[in-house]
Amino acid sequence: MSGLVRLTVNGCAVEMPDGSSVAAAVATVTPHFRRSVRGESRAPLCGMGVCFECRLRIDGVAHQRACMIPARNGMQVQTDD
Amino acid sequence: MKGGIASHDLIVVGAGIVGACCADAAAAEGLRVTIIEPGPIGGGATAAAMGHLVAMDDDPAELALAHYSLQQWEEFSDLQEAEFSRCGTLWVARGEHELRAAGQRSARLAAAGIQAHAVDAKTLYELEPELAPGMHGGMLVPREAVVYPPRVARYLVRRAQSRGAQLHAGRRVQQLTRDGVQLDDGTRLAGPTLVATGCALPELLPQLPLRPRKGHLVITERYPALLRHQLLELGYADSAHGDAGSSVAFNVQPRPTGQILIGSAREFDAADAEVSPVMLQRMLERAFAFMPVLRKLQALRAWTGFRPATPDGLPYLGAVPGRANLWVAAGHEGLGITTAPGSARLLLDLIHGRTPAIDPAPYAPSRVAA
Amino acid sequence: MTEHYDVLVVGAGPAGLATAQAAAGHGARVGVIDAQPRPGGQVWRHDVRQASPHAARHAFAALARVEWLARHSVVGAETQVLRVEHPDGVRLLGYGALVLATGARELMLPFPGWTLPGVSGAGGLQALAKQGWPVAGKRVLVSGTGPLLLAAAATLRAHGAHLLGIHEQAPTAAVHAFARQMLHWPARAVQAISLRTRLAGVAYRCGSFVRRANGDDRLQSVDIEGPDGAQQVECDLLATGYGLVPNVELAQLLGCALAAHDTHPHVQVDALSRTSVAGIHAAGELCGIGGLAAARIEGAIAGHMAAGDLTAASALLPARARARRFAGLLSTHFALDPRLRTLATPQTTICRCEDVTLGELGGYTDARDAKLATRCGMGACQGRICGSALAELGRFPRSGPRPPLFPARLATLAEASPPLSD
Ligand SMILES: Cc1cc2nc3c(=O)[nH]c(=O)nc-3n(C[C@H](O)[C@H](O)[C@H](O)COP(=O)(O)OP(=O)(O)OC[C@H]3O[C@@H](n4cnc5c(N)ncnc54)[C@H](O)[C@@H]3O)c2cc1C
Ligand SMILES: Cc1cc2nc3c(=O)[nH]c(=O)nc-3n(C[C@H](O)[C@H](O)[C@H](O)COP(=O)(O)OP(=O)(O)OC[C@H]3O[C@@H](n4cnc5c(N)ncnc54)[C@H](O)[C@@H]3O)c2cc1C
Ligand code: FES
Repeated sequence: MSGLVRLTVNGCAVEMPDGSSVAAAVATVTPHFRRSVRGESRAPLCGMGVCFECRLRIDGVAHQRACMIPARNGMQVQTDD
Repeated sequence: MKGGIASHDLIVVGAGIVGACCADAAAAEGLRVTIIEPGPIGGGATAAAMGHLVAMDDDPAELALAHYSLQQWEEFSDLQEAEFSRCGTLWVARGEHELRAAGQRSARLAAAGIQAHAVDAKTLYELEPELAPGMHGGMLVPREAVVYPPRVARYLVRRAQSRGAQLHAGRRVQQLTRDGVQLDDGTRLAGPTLVATGCALPELLPQLPLRPRKGHLVITERYPALLRHQLLELGYADSAHGDAGSSVAFNVQPRPTGQILIGSAREFDAADAEVSPVMLQRMLERAFAFMPVLRKLQALRAWTGFRPATPDGLPYLGAVPGRANLWVAAGHEGLGITTAPGSARLLLDLIHGRTPAIDPAPYAPSRVAA
Repeated sequence: MTEHYDVLVVGAGPAGLATAQAAAGHGARVGVIDAQPRPGGQVWRHDVRQASPHAARHAFAALARVEWLARHSVVGAETQVLRVEHPDGVRLLGYGALVLATGARELMLPFPGWTLPGVSGAGGLQALAKQGWPVAGKRVLVSGTGPLLLAAAATLRAHGAHLLGIHEQAPTAAVHAFARQMLHWPARAVQAISLRTRLAGVAYRCGSFVRRANGDDRLQSVDIEGPDGAQQVECDLLATGYGLVPNVELAQLLGCALAAHDTHPHVQVDALSRTSVAGIHAAGELCGIGGLAAARIEGAIAGHMAAGDLTAASALLPARARARRFAGLLSTHFALDPRLRTLATPQTTICRCEDVTLGELGGYTDARDAKLATRCGMGACQGRICGSALAELGRFPRSGPRPPLFPARLATLAEASPPLSD
């Protein structure tokens, strides 16, 4: 609960309490996480790694579950737009 | 005994891609068709397949059937259900000898009327930049395509039904009778009968030898534009046609969804449908050797399927020896999606006593039955 | 290389942690695997703002005596070996005894608008808030069924959410009957009272549910159906959950028998936590939704059994029986209103991964048939959301799992299996 981590979401700098998930960091920037196959905007549903609605790109790697990954210093997160 | 004897022009047993094509072709000619299928339509080998429409040139009879069929597939190139995607086939040469083979093979395909040409290494990497370094070139067959087979089978069965065909869904043919078939609920149907039961052929026609040849496939998440062509190694034919107990080959496909479908593995004497971690590993290592970028992609699912393999690799298409009004269309091994439409035409010509467009002799079931 | 454990535990929720503690107490080499970055499972999930409860901290201490493998996800099962993916690669973990403590997920029922950003599970939004999701000052409506709604609401309030109300679908009479039963379970009653105190001033409406979520690209309002008629409420977030579904997929892959008399099957175990497969035990929610107390007791039983101490395990049987009786109350009093199964319209998306609507699922009566024709269930969640929803809607049961258990890197699947030993 002590420190803060700094990362970027769609190029915006974000500061989060240590222990936060990438999903939480993204939510401070945008409600939109991914485009569904028919182009709808989607965002986390389950918060626990089963629904895959929170998929996005982290440090260039696509299809990562944002709710399962702790935010880390220097991470570059990109939602699907 | 339940149900009376009804009369039919053609009873099609099995609604995989082969049965579905036959039923559709027969209904289109005005025949009164009845289809019997115990499971989902196209739920057998047809559902497991990659759906690559491809001409293999190493056997003239196989090539003839594939070429004939590919022309008919064009009818479905705009059909939504087919999910037809003309990605072309790019055969990859590893080594000078494979590049030479590419030249010979493209000449053979071209002679048969299929557009194909050898490509040098530079062009190869322009076409598919993610290929591992060190490849020598290859062969491009630009008009080949991929489809989604189970939906095609459904479409064809529905089209046949719209022309009057009857579907006995959830029913299985228990046995062949003197004048037709008997279903598992006791119903008897009379009429000329066509057995298109794929790997289950020996249950009804044990005199026609057939072995299931297991395959594995893996599909990934969506990675649009990573891959543009169906890629195969030129050594694929050695795996496909070799008689080894098990073999793997580099064979990857871009689905229209942006997903990547990865094959291929072949195994005789593997009876259970479980995914074998060992075969999966061999298959994937082979794929990584040609396309290292695959390593990092997310796999969504792996599955298996069984190819109906005859001893000489050619399907049985024609009359069952020694039986009147009994026909067979089965044993298409790893090419049955490609060759189903041509098989259906050929069979209908034989049933009607017409001369087929291609020589039917190589596929005649009489070649094996004593 | 395969690493070998005497006892390997999958899941570091209350059940898995209790297992680890019991097994390690017997001197066994224990490994504990969880896909999450921190231990605690659902109820004891790490909260960026609040310290964990005492019981949780005590349970986490047990991890000091075992090998704790965080962010390790089981993706495959081979003979006596689990294939486990972690951020840096893959491991093959062998075991003498295996304890499955994979818990449960939330049941999500489809209704018009449920795919809008801003709509999430009730436990789902609770979990996200604990991860640091910004809920402070947001107008949040909680809906669904069961005591989990109160727990979720309490967490959300502690994180500064402006709670617009809790809408419990069960009728008032059923909720009151449940509350009366609680008097027989003093510990639970205290828990419930403390929750209600923390939620003082928040409206709790029974017989009330969300029938539609509205908004263009994100949630703007919800339509609520209650005993006094329909109303529309503007809100920023909707947290909605209809109970829990046991996570049985790994057990299924391992060949463990399921008890399938319920809509959502659970792993079949005897009172001593043994599954139908020798050497494989299961404890907690995957054996049927039983709550925290049952999970802890069953976890301890499984830990003793896996370490070979039948006596210690047997001593816990009376406590287990009592905890499981409480679980029975939940399902009887919070039975779903049949109207909830009719909210989705033909245009409502059912399969969120592949965007398949209810209308497209037309007349299919079999999961595989529907999948082949429509792609329903073919996506990344592998049917965990839509399959459970369709089962709840009475359409067809979920089909069995295919490897990998969760999407995994191809390199993970390509890692060579260990040679079979005898
Ligand atoms: C992994 C894999 C990949 C493949 N990739 C390709 C590819 O890319 N391109 C290609 O061209 N081919 C491919 N194939 C080959 C192709 O899938 C098969 O050749 C083709 O599907 C065979 O079709 P079928 O209709 O004969 O058999 P099936 O699809 O198996 O259909 C037979 C049907 O008969 C039914 N049946 C069985 N017994 C009875 C009975 N007693 N009564 C009634 N019905 C019965 C079954 O339920 C089944 O539906 C692949 C095969 C596999 C396994
Ligand atoms: C979202 C949610 C919120 C909840 N909130 C509360 C609450 O506030 N209060 C309350 O009393 N109850 C709550 N519950 C009920 C909860 O299920 C139980 O109280 C308790 O957490 C059950 O403990 P368990 O050990 O059986 O399972 P869980 O706590 O669910 O733990 C299971 C663990 O297994 C892991 N796991 C599963 N599969 C794999 C795999 N293949 N590989 C690796 N790891 C895996 C999961 O990551 C998880 O950490 C909640 C449930 C859910 C689903
Ligand atoms: S929100 Fe469901 S997987 Fe991340």
